[in-house]
Amino acid sequence: MSTYAQKKGFGGTIWDYLTTVDHKKIAILYLMAGGLFFLVGGMEAVFIRIQLAVPNNDFVSAGTFNEIITMHGTTMIFLAAMPLLFAFMNAVMPLQIGARDVAFPFLNALGFWLFFFGGVFLNLSWFLGGAPDAGWTSYASLAVHSKGHGVDFYVLGLQISGLGTLIGGINFLATVITMRAPGMTYMRMPLFTWTTFVASAMILFAFPPLTVGLTLMMFDRLFGANFFEVAMGGNTIIWEHLFWVFGHPEVYILILPAFGIFSEIFSTFSRKRLFGYSSMVFATVLIGFLGFMVWAHHMFTTGLGPVANAIFAVATMAIGIPTGIKIFNWLFTMWGGSVKFTTPMYYAFGFIPSFVCGGVTGVMVATAAADYQYHDTYFVVAHFHYVIVGGVVLALLAGTHYWWPKMFGTMLNETLGKITFWLFFIGFHLTFFIQHFLGVWGMPRRVFTYLPGQGFDTSNMVSSIGAGFMSAGVIVLLLNVVITQVKNVKVGNDPWEDGRTLEWAISSPPPYYNFKQLPLVRGLDAYWIEKMEGKKAMTPAEPVGDIHMPNSSFIPFMITLGLFIAAFGALYHADDKSWALPVLIIGLLVTFGSMLVRSVKDDHGYHIHKEELMDEEKGAEA
Amino acid sequence: MQAEEKFTYETWPASPERATLEAKNKFLGFWLFLGGETVLFASLFATYLALKDKVPDSTHALAKDIFDLPLTLVATMLLLTSSLTSVYAMYHMKNFAFKKMMVWLGVTVLLGFGFLGSEIYEFNHYVHEYHHTFTSSAFSSAFYTLVGFHGAHVTFGLAWIISLMIRNSKRGLNLYNAPKFYVASLYWHFIDVVWVFIFTVVYLMGMVG
Amino acid sequence: MKRLAKWRLVSLFAILALALSGCSGKPYLSALRPAGEVADIQFDLMKLSTYIMVGVIVVVMVIFVIVFFRFRRKKGDNGIPKQVEGNHLLEILWTVIPILLLLILAVPTVAATFKLADVKEMDKKNSDALVINVRSHLYWWDFEYPGQKIVTSQDLVVPTNEKVYFNLKSMDVKHSFWIPAVGGKLDTNTDNINKFWLVFDQKRANEAGNLFYGKCAELCGPSHALMDFKVKAMNRDDFDTWVKDMQAVKEPEKATSDLASQGQEIFNKSCIGCHAVTPQNKMPDTARVAPNLTNFGERSRIAGILDHNKEELKNWIKNPETYKPGNEMSGKYPEMTDQQLDALAEYLMGLKVQD
Repeated sequence: MSTYAQKKGFGGTIWDYLTTVDHKKIAILYLMAGGLFFLVGGMEAVFIRIQLAVPNNDFVSAGTFNEIITMHGTTMIFLAAMPLLFAFMNAVMPLQIGARDVAFPFLNALGFWLFFFGGVFLNLSWFLGGAPDAGWTSYASLAVHSKGHGVDFYVLGLQISGLGTLIGGINFLATVITMRAPGMTYMRMPLFTWTTFVASAMILFAFPPLTVGLTLMMFDRLFGANFFEVAMGGNTIIWEHLFWVFGHPEVYILILPAFGIFSEIFSTFSRKRLFGYSSMVFATVLIGFLGFMVWAHHMFTTGLGPVANAIFAVATMAIGIPTGIKIFNWLFTMWGGSVKFTTPMYYAFGFIPSFVCGGVTGVMVATAAADYQYHDTYFVVAHFHYVIVGGVVLALLAGTHYWWPKMFGTMLNETLGKITFWLFFIGFHLTFFIQHFLGVWGMPRRVFTYLPGQGFDTSNMVSSIGAGFMSAGVIVLLLNVVITQVKNVKVGNDPWEDGRTLEWAISSPPPYYNFKQLPLVRGLDAYWIEKMEGKKAMTPAEPVGDIHMPNSSFIPFMITLGLFIAAFGALYHADDKSWALPVLIIGLLVTFGSMLVRSVKDDHGYHIHKEELMDEEKGAEA
Repeated sequence: MQAEEKFTYETWPASPERATLEAKNKFLGFWLFLGGETVLFASLFATYLALKDKVPDSTHALAKDIFDLPLTLVATMLLLTSSLTSVYAMYHMKNFAFKKMMVWLGVTVLLGFGFLGSEIYEFNHYVHEYHHTFTSSAFSSAFYTLVGFHGAHVTFGLAWIISLMIRNSKRGLNLYNAPKFYVASLYWHFIDVVWVFIFTVVYLMGMVG
Repeated sequence: MKRLAKWRLVSLFAILALALSGCSGKPYLSALRPAGEVADIQFDLMKLSTYIMVGVIVVVMVIFVIVFFRFRRKKGDNGIPKQVEGNHLLEILWTVIPILLLLILAVPTVAATFKLADVKEMDKKNSDALVINVRSHLYWWDFEYPGQKIVTSQDLVVPTNEKVYFNLKSMDVKHSFWIPAVGGKLDTNTDNINKFWLVFDQKRANEAGNLFYGKCAELCGPSHALMDFKVKAMNRDDFDTWVKDMQAVKEPEKATSDLASQGQEIFNKSCIGCHAVTPQNKMPDTARVAPNLTNFGERSRIAGILDHNKEELKNWIKNPETYKPGNEMSGKYPEMTDQQLDALAEYLMGLKVQD
């Protein structure tokens, strides 16, 4: 199997990525696809801010505006933030626990393709009669009422991509449980691995309710069911519950890995172990648990009654406590440390005040009686952008700079990185800070325009200018990526020089089998321990031996393609198109047929033989 | 232990479903998947309970009008028995008794078909007798979705077990296919457990009104 | 990074300055200018939580700034800092203090939540409380006074200094009923009736020009942004007079001028199928498919958003789609000539109950 290392043509590279089951390559796929959708969602955001820059604007029509906000939210949450986090989980987590791959390489590829095709399907709605326009929450009465196929694209696209996320979550869970290197106990796992683990568990329990909600809506819209038809006995509040039973944990699914990324960065660039590691782990697990207990705080104004509102208000406030623990632990990780301000550290440092603002407004909206004022206004828009952008997006940008060398073997330019940070950071606060005030001054969210004379004009203009800064930051980042890849200066194992965890113990990028010999882990920050004892590499836990590897496979792509085709059949079925049902059936046949092939065709993988590994070593030395 | 190795009764490990790393992963991963499935069905149950007997007007049949205990009892017995027979099959799998395993799996499949048949008859009965169709009310939509989701799981489980049986009919047991048989039977048990809840929540509680 | 720290501090003071100065929005619209008991309770909670939260931010920022100045790595510094595992005392401290702070916030929150949901009075038999049934429609609001047996729309009329109770329901998709300055907000669901109460304070209503802005706060379609309504707050005597005047309209008022009579004819041909011009609407809420126009001439806006004059009214009738995309009125009546529009507008602007 040494063909693997041979140089390939362009077509060969494409085929390689279409069939790959290597977690590092899948990580790159997630990064590219997630990055692409991030740009799409970002452009939608810019359109929103242009439309709202001045009162009574007609840059886009009212209907189009609703499509843009729906797609902005949906894209950013499902197709940008989640996959970009999955990119880092895939790239780094197996390395951090000293594994050669994830538990289910085949499912890993399947998860990616499901997400990707789901996202493509959803975005095709722009060209096929209009995008969904009922908001990313797609509340049932409006969604069922919505004309055209937009909401159908939403329910089908999200079902497909949600399935991919679920599979990814199961895969990461199993990986952490079974694939840890010798000595890597749970309480020695790096915090990014821990947060990946908890977030994956949350995915496992949070995504099924969404799937059910989407299925019910699909049945209502496409197959004549009556779940949300009040006249037929239906009930739209069911959707709100199902959506938020998923939707709230989803926020923590996003923010926990972001916390993980920052924990790594704080510790690395302070040259100190993470302060209060055990309490950090405890706080992570507690947040994961409480995350499921608070969904109804999104429904304070739905009329659930004072008992439910009071309980959910107090439960929500309780989440502030473990989050506060984390903030202080990060500060005290830096306290007494030797803090080096690299680009990732800029983001981490900027994250603290930004996220604290988002966190405290979170407690403010948790006070149910006051939330009757905040709910569905720009205050809430400001709050969740402080959490999602100030937390998750800053983490994604930090992680991009931090792990870029590990993923691609090159280092992003530090000066450009810092310029990106300043543009983005200033733009972010300029855009969203003022929106807190807009909300309490009486501006509801999701409005396509506003009338003059209500005191909203100046603040909206300020907010729109901020969006310009953020866009400029992203453009600089893209330039940075291009310049770095063109220059292509390769770096060593530990380019930041302060690496603590196992991913920095092997080359950048790592060989396709990761660790020639599984490392022996002797404590938290395994690589740091070895470095402090003057060693250059990890102590191996096993002699050099054959390595079992999974085969590449085109089947994940085919399974997904089938669902993609079937989704079109289901969508046009509602129009009584004669070809719709056959397309639906053909698509499902492709999917189930591919699964059958996977089931009956034996796939034992292959072995890299000991001798090959030895040869490679010699080759590297020569 | 290698997945491709040949085994005899003596060398066959005690827990063949967890003997290799791949098998261990599969075993664990499948349990996790069932965790997700549990939440899925929990959501469907919650929806059903919220919409039970929610119909547009009094011409529509309610739960207490349509359910028929003898028929449901037969279906329940068929599925419960099939769960038991799949336990036998796994017992023989662990004892490297391939033929016996196949026989019991065959019985399981037959019972599964019996269940599916009774369910199809039941749905047909509701549609023609009570005009209780998928689109007639919120109650009917919720009923057919919950019970139908379970029915779809049964169908998928049958297709899965049958394809495993056909694929491996000639080559006996090894550590590559033993975990496959095992997780398929886990899936079958899960379907059975869900049915117990459906029987209780939908049928028994439906009949008392 | 120095700039960053300074910037943060400056912004912190800016927040405080902003909150303390007059920058708190319009008196008829802003939740920061409360004009009634409910909004007061909510504003007090906002202030309490803001104080606590600003306190937290200050503590974090102090540590943040110290870290920034004291612990940055000097060039060529290769020292390895002491690897600290943690500190039990500190960790307990920053667990317990937040718990206490949240308790301080949680108690009034729970109390207020129950207080604002207390609608026992409206369900009592023979209660004197004023009850208003709010029915939300795609981009307009229907207000029924069941005790007074009158219906109006778009301009809600309420007495001041007493509790006004609301029954909220939507007739199509979900909306949300919000009068920011007086108290927020409750959804109008399609499934059930939601109930709550508000108080309109006379003194502060005067400051706000006796006209509060109301909003729809739940995305409901293209014209969600334009689903505004207005609230006329007046003292109880004026309110009673208004009710009497409304009740006095037993059948459609006859137009007085020639032009208006012409308009009335057009109205009776093309509009009356949806729009009623008598307030004692015997029809159930589901049959009230368009705004009641009994006192249209006394309203403050046309369609909730346009200035209240004849020109705008003609524009609106001519092409409602340009002003409220996706509304339910467009295309339901024949196109009219300018003369017809003029007559119709003349008639509608003359629909007044209080002279």
